[in-house]
Amino acid sequence: MDAIINGIQGVPLNHYIIFSSIIFAIGVIGVLIRRNAIIIMMSVELMLNAVNLMLVAFSVHHGDSNGQVFVFFVMALAAAEVAVGLAIVVMVYRNTRSLDINTMNRLKW
Amino acid sequence: MTIFYFVAFLSIFFALMTIFTKNPVHSVLYLIITFFTFTVHYVLLNAQFLAAVNFIVYMGAIMVLFLFLIMLLNLNEETEPMKSNLVKIMGTVAGLCLLTTILGSMNLLQASNPMAFEDAGIGLVHQLGKVLFKEFLLPFEISSILLLTAMVGAVLLAKKDPKKA
Repeated sequence: MDAIINGIQGVPLNHYIIFSSIIFAIGVIGVLIRRNAIIIMMSVELMLNAVNLMLVAFSVHHGDSNGQVFVFFVMALAAAEVAVGLAIVVMVYRNTRSLDINTMNRLKW
Repeated sequence: MTIFYFVAFLSIFFALMTIFTKNPVHSVLYLIITFFTFTVHYVLLNAQFLAAVNFIVYMGAIMVLFLFLIMLLNLNEETEPMKSNLVKIMGTVAGLCLLTTILGSMNLLQASNPMAFEDAGIGLVHQLGKVLFKEFLLPFEISSILLLTAMVGAVLLAKKDPKKA
């Protein structure tokens, strides 16, 4: 166990925040540039994971386990969100025969 | 120390592959690799419980759900709708603007203290279990109701309408 901790020793906290921000930005870009509803949900998962990693990094940095409990709840929430979201995707596909989000504009105007 | 940068590089690379690959199945597989690198990050941070949960819940359950759906709906490269190049460039620029804003607003590019390991044992199962079942008992129970509601909702939404069928 000490070897694992030594493996991470010396990494500045800022690098964790930068890394999480980069992954979060990649998720945002994914939501903006893709039209497939499933890929958009996957990008949302990417953003959730970036936030999870940041919570764990801060939790370890401050020696407070509340952050890791929050990550546990975020994971439960993500599971619920994915189940409902994919059910909606299946329903949309059954009605429109397509996953293109541009066909889902009936609530527009 | 270098292992963190190596794994971080892998995460960013595979995350980029996830959103830029045209084939949805490949996209899901790249996302699975990305989540695996996140598991490695948790192990490096000595958050063993979360590493196991991330491995089982994200890589196991959620990604299999995505993969099943994509294969069930028979999506492939030909059916994949793509946005125009202009929208892609604008989306990328917007995302990079967000990144720059986050980095700039918190002065992240300056040097900072290395990670402090105050108490190396906080990520272990027995310690997290104590916190989870003492301080966070009510939220824990409520999250079970949330999962039950999500399950009922998912079944209701995905079920065929009996009047139509």
